[in-house]
This record gives sequence, structure tokens and C-alpha cells, in this order.
Amino acid sequence: MEFWVTQMFNGISFGALLFLLASGLSLIFGVMRIVNIAHGSYYMLGAYVGLSVVWRTHSFALALLAGAATIAVIGVGMERLFLRRFHLQEQAQMLLTMGFALIFEDLALIIWGGDPYTIPPPSLLSGSMHIETLTFPLYRFFVVAMAIAVGLFLWLLQERTRVGAMIRASVDDKEMAGGVGINVPLVSAGIFGLGAFLAAIGGVMGGAFLGVFPGVDFEVLPFAFVVVIVGGLGSLKGAFVGSMLVGLVDNFGKALLPELSYFTLFAPMALVLAVRPTGLFGRV
Amino acid sequence: MAVLDTRGTRCFSAVAFVLLAVLPPFLSSYVLTLLTQVLIFATLAMSVDLLLGFTGLASLGQAAYFGLSAYTVAVLTTKQGAGFWQTAALSFVLSLVLAALFGLIAVHAAGTYFLMITLALGQVLWGLAYRWVSMTGGDNGLAGVPRPSVQRVSFDDPTRFFYFTLVVFLVSALVLYLVVESPFGYSLQGIRESDGRMRILGYHTWLHKYLAFIISGAFSGVSGFLWAYYNGFVSPQDVSLVTNMESFLMVAMGGPGTLFGSTVGALVIVFLKNFVSAYTKRWLLILGGMYILTIMYAPKGILGALREWGRRKASLPRATATAGGRTDR
Amino acid sequence: MKMTRRQVLGALGGAAAAAATRRRGWGAEKGAIKIGYFAPFSGPFAQNAKDMWDGFRLYFEEIGMQAAGRKIELISEDDWVEPAQALTKLRKLVEQDHVHLAAGGLLAPVGFAVQGYVNSQKIPYVVPIISAEDLTQRKPSPWMVRLSWTSAQPTQPLAEYAYKTLGFRRVAGVNFDFAFGWESFSGFQRVFEDLGGKVVQKLWAPATVSDFAPYLPTVKRDVDAVFATFSGNAARQFLKQAADYGIKGKIAIIGQGTLTDEHVLPSMGDEAIGVITGLHYTSALDTPANKKFVAAYQKFAGKVPGYYSENDYTSARVIVEAIKAIGGEVENREKLMAALRKVEIPDSPRGPIKLDEHGNPIQNIYIRKVERVGGQLQNTVIHTYPNVSQFWTYKPEDFLKQPVYDRDNFPGCKFCA
Repeated sequence: MEFWVTQMFNGISFGALLFLLASGLSLIFGVMRIVNIAHGSYYMLGAYVGLSVVWRTHSFALALLAGAATIAVIGVGMERLFLRRFHLQEQAQMLLTMGFALIFEDLALIIWGGDPYTIPPPSLLSGSMHIETLTFPLYRFFVVAMAIAVGLFLWLLQERTRVGAMIRASVDDKEMAGGVGINVPLVSAGIFGLGAFLAAIGGVMGGAFLGVFPGVDFEVLPFAFVVVIVGGLGSLKGAFVGSMLVGLVDNFGKALLPELSYFTLFAPMALVLAVRPTGLFGRV
Repeated sequence: MAVLDTRGTRCFSAVAFVLLAVLPPFLSSYVLTLLTQVLIFATLAMSVDLLLGFTGLASLGQAAYFGLSAYTVAVLTTKQGAGFWQTAALSFVLSLVLAALFGLIAVHAAGTYFLMITLALGQVLWGLAYRWVSMTGGDNGLAGVPRPSVQRVSFDDPTRFFYFTLVVFLVSALVLYLVVESPFGYSLQGIRESDGRMRILGYHTWLHKYLAFIISGAFSGVSGFLWAYYNGFVSPQDVSLVTNMESFLMVAMGGPGTLFGSTVGALVIVFLKNFVSAYTKRWLLILGGMYILTIMYAPKGILGALREWGRRKASLPRATATAGGRTDR
Repeated sequence: MKMTRRQVLGALGGAAAAAATRRRGWGAEKGAIKIGYFAPFSGPFAQNAKDMWDGFRLYFEEIGMQAAGRKIELISEDDWVEPAQALTKLRKLVEQDHVHLAAGGLLAPVGFAVQGYVNSQKIPYVVPIISAEDLTQRKPSPWMVRLSWTSAQPTQPLAEYAYKTLGFRRVAGVNFDFAFGWESFSGFQRVFEDLGGKVVQKLWAPATVSDFAPYLPTVKRDVDAVFATFSGNAARQFLKQAADYGIKGKIAIIGQGTLTDEHVLPSMGDEAIGVITGLHYTSALDTPANKKFVAAYQKFAGKVPGYYSENDYTSARVIVEAIKAIGGEVENREKLMAALRKVEIPDSPRGPIKLDEHGNPIQNIYIRKVERVGGQLQNTVIHTYPNVSQFWTYKPEDFLKQPVYDRDNFPGCKFCA
């Protein structure tokens, strides 16, 4: 019984982190059809920037904001200066973002060196909660809380605001949206920036319990893609369900079937796609 | 768009062939081994180009067939002491079968979904290479693969092995050339332009894509077959993502949809990789920069750019493929 | 159009030919002794490669880049942690740069990948880091020696320490799920169980692990200790999360030395205190030779040396001693190789070291405990096992008759529930 409760909690908290990471990717692909290979790099850079901020100011909150804001700027820059030229050319965009991913990886090595680090979480959240024989690290609750907050924000944005309506319009039919007077290029840049922002938040949050080190970008990237593919591109609900699913499957898979731990991520994805090629809630 | 359509390309190919056939005895053994590597990756890149440049399908999983073939060679030669022709036949057949199997799952999807499924399938094979220790040696890999010997002729010195590789490469290039120049090949290009239109015209697009997938997988396997003999060694690294990424760049840089552009791309990347690293440790930065520069300024690759330039001089309008998978007119 | 294409081709061909033939006329210069070194300078292991290279270079710089009256030239190459690249780079070092000796390599597959080539080219190859058991056991090469260790070399004595001194009887293992993890833990398990202890659980985490949540809560709570084999980021996260999940404090944590080696220790916190590991080196070793080395290394590289750096430093020294022993005649490769195998150093930073007949070091193994001294974490030596070989107390012939340590077959898991 204890096993199931703890692992359920672990799977959900990991899924929460994945949601932070993947919601941005789902948004980017949903609106702009860009396969962003640099998404893992956004996560990593966000974590590194957050690390530097924490070293200087000892404030986790500031690290979160600074990391996310910096990466958002980088994201917008990438979109405006490079990706926009290749509107709807999926392969060109993929290769471009691939190039950036490699550059970011080397830049991170140059700036922060090759040693692994952890972002120290706020001391309030460093302990663990003990319920009978079970232990629950407090920080993981925080990750879940953050994911819920972000999820709510995104949902409200999409469903309840004018900006959200503009985004939805751009997803559904770009040309019509432009025709109706929506500033599609601005929306595009904003979406990409928001996606990068979210990935960076994921990076800072993840940096506290998974660490930040060279190579983390390409380690989280498959997770982001799996979540988005399983949930369906362009769907917020899909990103949420997908991340919970992937988090739980990965966690339980590793705990119950360690022989298959190298497959726990990909086998279910291949299966879901074989059955529903557009993902569970895919709209595109 | 035909592959050897202009006099220029034919000339280029002929001269290249002559150089490759005649130069080797005069080259140092190190450069010769690099050239051998170029040919092996050119074969892989051509198989990727068949899917990417001609059919419009970007697959991140070709390393699976590359790896399966390489491991087959390693297992058969180090554990079973199998002969050359058995090894060649089995490695070819196995990669064909795997591509047929994976294709059933993958080809139903399109665009990004296809990309991700092929990635996932490739990673499944990578995991298998890591975990099936009794067969694959796990992360230690399998060493001790001897150079091939056919009918008592051994190919173990660099020059002989280069010619061995050259022959295999040329045969593969010829087969792939015949495929893309056939009506089947032209249908693939049609599918690349618009799958929907082809279906309306009555083509069974799924079948076309599936066959292309299998052929591509088979030749990725041929490349892996050569790779195992070249290194004398196979490890899970050979089934990894990096191999895929570099072969993409070779195609994009050389010229997608030109088949032989992949060879040019392979030449550039292999030599750059090995010479640059003697002067700087920032290879990743340079590789990333090359990706970006290629896409921004030479989206049709080197060969594409040369043709474009040649065409402008001759003022002939023609359709080409770009790295973006679209056609300009 | 035709003309220009031919010109382009001509230029390309000319350049290629020039590059190819550039080095051919030079041949073997008597003059500088050339040593080729390869490591993964790009990519996720760049820091380890830097630590290795800094340690290697430091020794040569200390002796003025010369030995036996000849200059020494070091040539480094990047192997991108890909065995195929390591092989290609080695080919370049041997066939184009004409090195007299090669060294380097970080991961196990690299060692196995270059063996065939090293043997056929008859080039002496010194392994400073790789710990794969079979390289000096069931698959040795006449042209390879290693100055590092085998994975089980420190964990076998640690098992004795755990059983006899610490009094542990039941141990659970959480280890890397690839050869390094299998070999490290199996060595421990075999000795521990031969003494009468029991390994009751074996959990394996993939090489890329950073989240230990699936494993830590599953660890059986009625064990005396958890044995862990991790390095780099995984080591940091393991110790941190072990504290988060309430293992630290209730169950002892012991393990392979890489868990707390100086390449990760400085960035750890209180969660590392009290962890007991075994390794053939620690920067806290209190000998004059080591103190001198640590000071010199800190000045040179700006950080405390871990085993990556010390191993390379001592490898460099062994190479130089061998060169001196044959009067600098490195062109005679058989002589150089034989000299390498005979080098004995009584005062290396890690202590006395000499090679056994399989080409692996016989050296001290230090049982260390992490303590905070003067505000910094360090691996304090609490016990020394002198002159430990890769076979521990087993007879080499018997040891080699068994299969190599692996995940499930040997030594298996008799007491796992």
C-alpha cells in the first residue's frame, strides 16, 4: 500500500514538472507548427540563469523570474530573427532549432563549466513531510502547486481573455485570423516567448531536485516531446493529461520493471501513436 | 526533378568517380580511412535523403537499422564465425525486416508525429542494445570484428578496405539512383509536394511511403554493415540520436533531393569534424552554426546552390527541393 | 560553366591531395617524443576530460616538457565520448602525427574499441581512467597498461571493512544500470557474502538517472546499509534525495568512491557527511607527496583534484619513468612497453603503485568518510588497505575462471526476496 501511495505521489510530482516543460512546447507547436528542438535548451538555460541569480541574491523567487524572463527574450529573438523567415517549413525550422540547441549547449559549457549543480530551494521547502512510515519531500508539493497555478493561468488565458481568443483563432485558422485584424506576427512572437518562458520555469523548478548539468537539455527534450505527442499537439488539456500519464508510467515503470527502464518512456508513446496517431486530444 | 539532369552534374559525378578510383594508393592511410568514413556516411545520408528529400518524410530513427545491421555483423563474426556472404545477407535482410515492421507503425503518421514515432522506435533499439548484454555486450559493446574476407581475399589493409567500401557505396548509389529515377521515385516526389493531390490522382500513397521507408531502412542497414567492419567494433553509441542528427545535416548541407548531394555533405562534415577539432574544442558551436548558416543561406544545400547558380547562368527554370520540404518554382 | 566546375573540382582535389600528402615526407623525426592523448572534450563529459587533461599536463609541465634529453610534445584530440571517434582520432595520432605512445579515454567502450587497432599497430597505450574489469582480466592486450583501477578493486576491500569493522550484515544496492555499476557492486557483494553477509536487494537506475524517486522509497528498510555506485550529477542527486526520503540518518550509506569523489564533492552539502566509500585516492590523503600535488594542482587548475586528475598525473609520471628507463629510445616500442610494465613508484600522490602481470595497478585502497573540516567537505581516510590488487584476496587463476561481474548472472542474488 505504501509503495503505491509514494510512487503515485512521485509520478504526479514528476508529471507536474513535465507539464511545466511541455505546455510551452505544445503551445509553440499548436500555434506555429514549429518543432522546437531547442526546447530542452530553454529548460537548461533557464536553470543555469536561475542558478547564477541564486548564487548572487539567494532568492529563489528572483531566480525563477530572472531565468524565465531571460529565456523568454531569447525565445522571442530566435523567432523574430530566424524562424519567421521559414514560416510553415517544418524541416527548415527543425534544423534551425537543432543548430541553436547545439550552440546553446556549448555556450552553457563555456559560461558555467561542466560541473553539475543543484539550485538550492527556498529553505522553507527543503524538508520532508513524514506521515507514519511515508516520506514526502516538501519541494515536490511545491512543484505540483506551481504546475496547477501555471495550468490555471494558461487555461484562463486561452478560454477567458481576448488574448486567448486571438491565440485560439491563430491556431484554428491563421489566414482568417490575420484577415480579421489580429496581429498574427505579434501573437506568434508572444507565443514563442511564452513557451520559452514556461520551459525556463520548468528548468529552475527542476534544477532544484534534478540538477542542472551539461546534457540535461537533451535529456529532458525527449520527455517534452513524448508528453506533447501523447497528449496531442496544440492541446492544453492534452499536455496536462499527457504529462501526468508519462510521469506515472515512467515512475512506476522504473520502480516495478527496472529491466525495461530504458524503454519506459518510448514504448507507451509508440503504442499510443499507433492507435491514435494524433495523440489523445490532438487538434492538428 | 532528375538527379543527373544537367551536364554539369554528370561531369561532376564522373570526375568524382575517377578521383575516388585513382587517388587512394597515393593518399596517406589516415586520409584514406577518413574517405572510407565519408563513403559509409554518404550511404547513410543517401538513405535519409530518399525519405527526407524525395518523399518529404523526416525520420529520426534511421540509426536503428544502421545499428541493427552493425550489431548483426558484430555478433555473427565474433560469436558465430559466420562467413562473409551469410553475414552480408543476414544483416541486409534483418534491417529490411525491421524497417518493414517499424514502418507499419510509423508510416500512418505524418510530419512531426512521424518524426517522433521514428525517434521513439530508434530509442527502443538503443535501449535494447544497452540492456541485452548477453547478445550485445551492453555498454561495453562488441569488439574484435575482423575485416571482411571474400573468397580468401582479405580486405584488411586501408587501401583494400577503401575499395571494398567504394564498391558497396557505388552499388547502393546505383540502386538508389534507379529507384528515384523510376516512376516510383517520381511518385514519391509527388507525394512530397502534396500527399492529398496524389491520392486524388489515384495513387496509393501509404504504400508508396511504406516502400520508401523499407528501402531507406535497408540502405541505412548497408551503411551500418560497412561501419561495423570499418571500426571492428559496435556499441550502443552507434544507435544513438547523434548519428541521426549528423546525417540530417549531411543531407541538408549537400542538397536534399539530389541523392549525390549527400555524398558532398558527408565529405564536408567528416573532414570538417576531424580537422576542426585539432584547432578548437568548440565543435558543437561550429556544428550548430553550420546548421543555421546552411538553412539560412543555402537551403538547397551545396549541390542545390551550385545548380541554382548554373541554372541562372543558363536561364532555365526548374523545380527543386529545399531543406524546408517545399518546392520553389 | 563547365570550366568553372572543373576549376572548383581541381581546387578541391588539389587541396585534398595536399592535405593528404602533407605529412608523408616527415616520417619519424628523432627529436621530440610525441604523446597522443584523447578524451571527450566536447559534450556532457567535458569537465571530466578537462580534469583528466589538466592532471596529465601538470606533470609534464613540472618536469619542463622533456625527459631523457628529448623534448616531449603532447597532442590532444577530442573523442566526443564516441568509441568510433576515439578510434578515428587514435588513427590520426598514430598515422598522421606519428606519436610514440597514446593515452586517454574515459568510458569503457572506448577501451575495448581501440584494442584491436592498438594491437595491430603495436602502439603502447596507457589507460589513465577506464575501469572496465576485463581490460586487464579476460581481454587484456599486450600493448595496453592501465594506471587507473578496476571497478571492483576498491569495493572488494570495502566489503570486508563493512562486514568486519562496521558490523553490517544486510545490505541493499542502488547502482548504475550499466557495466560500471554492475562491476562495482558485484565485487562488493561477492566478498561481502563470502564473509557471511547478505545482499537482499538490487535496484538499478539507468545511466541518465537524476530522479531517484522510483527507487529510494522501494529500498528495504531493514538493512544496515545502502551501497550506491554513482558519479557526477547522479551522485549529487542520490545523496540529496536519500536525505529527502528519510534514508540518511536511519540507514548507513556506503559505496563506490566516485559517489563522493572530489569532482562532485565540493558542490555537495551536509547530505554527504558520514558517507563511507572506498577508492584508491582522495585529495585529503595526508602524505607529503599528496600535499605537494594538491597544492600544485590547485594553482594550475583552480580546483581540488579528484581521481580523474590524480590518475592522469601519475600516468604521466609512469610514462616519463619508462622513457627514462630506456634512455629515451621510444622508437623501440617493445622496449617502451616492457619498461612501462616494470615502473614502480613509491611516492605518487595516491601512494605506492606498481603494476601486476596483467597491467593493472597494485595500490592502496583507502576507506574514506566524508567530514567537514575547516568549513570544507573532504574524504577523510579512516582506514588503508595496502597493496590491493584487482583480484583482492582471490587467486588470479580462480578469479579469472569466473565470468566477469555482471548484472544478473554473477554473482546473482541468492538472498533477494
